[in-house]
Amino acid sequence: MSFIIPAIIALTVITALLKRTPVYNSFTSGAAEGIQIIIKIFPAVAAVMIASYMLRASGAMDMLCGIISPLTSCIGMPAEVLPLAMIRPVSGSGSLGILTDILNTYGADSDIGKIASVITGSTETTFYCICVYFSETKVKYSSKVIPCALIGDIVGMILGIIMVKI
Amino acid sequence: MNYIWSGMIIISLICAAANGCLDETAAAALDGANASVTFLISLAGAMCFWNGFLKIAENSGASGAVRRLLMPAVQLLFRDAPEKAKEYITMNMSANLLGMGNAATPMGIKAMNELDKANGGALHASKNMCMLVAINTASIQLVPSTIMAIRQAAGAAEPASVVLPILIASFGGCAAAVTAVKIFIRR
Repeated sequence: MSFIIPAIIALTVITALLKRTPVYNSFTSGAAEGIQIIIKIFPAVAAVMIASYMLRASGAMDMLCGIISPLTSCIGMPAEVLPLAMIRPVSGSGSLGILTDILNTYGADSDIGKIASVITGSTETTFYCICVYFSETKVKYSSKVIPCALIGDIVGMILGIIMVKI
Repeated sequence: MNYIWSGMIIISLICAAANGCLDETAAAALDGANASVTFLISLAGAMCFWNGFLKIAENSGASGAVRRLLMPAVQLLFRDAPEKAKEYITMNMSANLLGMGNAATPMGIKAMNELDKANGGALHASKNMCMLVAINTASIQLVPSTIMAIRQAAGAAEPASVVLPILIASFGGCAAAVTAVKIFIRR
């Protein structure tokens, strides 16, 4: 897999040069957007990291993991990932905060870290998305789409776990 | 999110009191705040990197290429949608595929408004509207740049090792959501 990043870089730069795109200016304007994203997610990441550090220091995390691990282990999900799976559909930056925390605690290359990355990458903030998309329409009753979207999320999560384990 | 966050804090304070480690928990709160700053600063570099290259791809017409690939899929999933809506849907999906969430949402909302007109201002969401939302909540991304940036900052040996699993998982999730809409939503 180590060829993916160099391949992406080579492909974008060469295509851009062939199409006579202003490569350098494009990069810098994209980088500026990257900084804006950091500023935008910062407050939520700080909030979530404060709360999850507290959860761990107080021993509440161990207790919760003990309670829920029988449930999560039947789909092969490590209990440590469950907080992420629960917050993912509700808050985008919140789940990025939890992902960060999991990667720093258990290691980015551990199974837990990989599963957390795949779950975050393959699902969306379902509830936020539904609210925003229906916000400008005349539709009042859209709740029937929620189960469908959640089925998608759950299938995505289970597939993600399987993909990491094999 | 209000309740979840408050719940996390209150539960940890109660547990801390029960386990007699209130001091450590209070210190951990500050540690968490510090750690978030340190981490986001190390994340900033990776975010600039990925967004920079995505911007190059965007400006050299990657969206156009992806859009041509998507057209058949959109025709199939939104057979009876107006042409204008299909156009916006394709733009929305290609922005999602390229990981440009900021561009995807406005296009999605425009598509939704077109579908709303076609729905005749009915109070119940039409099947096409549900389909569009289902596709968007499954978020298929060709290059999951934010995740790779976070992994890079957290010291992953191979930040890209999750790209293929993410693609397969999100594709499966999307297929499941689309099937669910096809089966359970009639109109």
